[in-house]
Amino acid sequence: MSLKKKISMTVNGRLVNAEIEPRRHLVDFLREDLHLKGPHLGCEQGACGACTVKVDGQIIRGCLFLAVQADGSVVETVEGLTKNGVLTDLQESFMRHNAMQCGFCSSGMLLAAAELIEKQPKATREQVREWISGNYCRCTGYHSIVDAIIDVLDARAKGQKIKPVLADA
Amino acid sequence: MKSAAFDYVKPKALQEALSLLEQGGDDAQLIAGGQTLLATLNMRLSEPTVLIDITDIAELKGISVVGDSLRIGALVTHTEIEDSELVAKHAPLLKAAAPHIAHRAIRNLGTWGGSLAYGDPAAEWPACSLTLRATMIIHGPAGERRISANDFFIDLYTTSLEPDEILVATEIPLASKQEVFYFHELARRHGDYAVAGLAAVAQKQGDVLTHCAFTFFSVGATPVMATKAQDLINGQKLNDELITKAVAEARNEIEAIADITNSAEAKQHLIGVLLERGLKHMIA
Repeated sequence: MSLKKKISMTVNGRLVNAEIEPRRHLVDFLREDLHLKGPHLGCEQGACGACTVKVDGQIIRGCLFLAVQADGSVVETVEGLTKNGVLTDLQESFMRHNAMQCGFCSSGMLLAAAELIEKQPKATREQVREWISGNYCRCTGYHSIVDAIIDVLDARAKGQKIKPVLADA
Repeated sequence: MKSAAFDYVKPKALQEALSLLEQGGDDAQLIAGGQTLLATLNMRLSEPTVLIDITDIAELKGISVVGDSLRIGALVTHTEIEDSELVAKHAPLLKAAAPHIAHRAIRNLGTWGGSLAYGDPAAEWPACSLTLRATMIIHGPAGERRISANDFFIDLYTTSLEPDEILVATEIPLASKQEVFYFHELARRHGDYAVAGLAAVAQKQGDVLTHCAFTFFSVGATPVMATKAQDLINGQKLNDELITKAVAEARNEIEAIADITNSAEAKQHLIGVLLERGLKHMIA
């Protein structure tokens, strides 16, 4: 029995056509079919947040969303958002604060943090913690991640950019 | 883990969805936000043969004021409720409750109707709908029927929805100027299911509360109203003595059920803690 469905979506600015089984969730589609390894697959049940991607401008859990549901949508991953500069300040700040160790959570953490900065530009430390509570990090203990996000919020409030860690970056 | 294989259809109209649901029988499963369903599919706790995606159906969407009610479409997401000015004005309890639901990435997809239809006793929306005396608007092969939230939640994950019916929307009476509310849940970590929670509203006149509705969730098989405690408070001058009485009554009238990590006794205790905090907050 072939249950394959034709889908088309925009992924990181590129139109993608594919034929997939409905049971394929979005992260498997992105990783296995499109070879975008930025979104990670952790728990596959919506708890860890490593699979966070953007669909139609909002962060979602890529493991709790089917690729067929994304038919006709605009999908963005850490790869696309790095290239177009949306994440630059956050990425610099994460490096400055050493807000990662193994990096498994980082793509999800960056996307979640980016939506926080967009929706709650005046977020307090407590609100930052609440917001990223849906993204697990098993290395840092979160303090450095919160520090990194707070620095970007402060910089944005002052109209500043985060100074690149590497002079030639 | 990966889900078992299934077919997927996306009807554009409610009638079409109802026919597909009828044809599919027990093997068909509606999907809206999918924030519970996808996890159960991935864990193979459920194996439907066809998913009917209802997210294209316009009549299930949107928040609007209809007469003296706030109509919330079944497909309205938790985030839409959190960010809605209509909700903030006419059902502020819901705005206060929304941030407690999971995490933003899940709230961006999960829906009001999905949460109600799933009937999780630990979830926020079933309790809030009970407290706000919501009316469920349901469509089935025989047409439309309406049922109060009070009659809707029957047992653990069991509502009065028939397998061939779809929850279309709910209507909630608009909050009056005298309405005060309290929403709180005691959880180990933000976004986790509550050990115990309270969704409360009342009308406040001076130091008297009337029309009290105190619904506790995550304590039993369904969200539970503390009707005896409500009766004690209704129309009486609220002081410390009355609060103490009401707290004892609520602990007495609600029979808490233990969950995997919390004992019934702990929940019973927390029911009182929540009610005391809630009453003090609402009368302040």
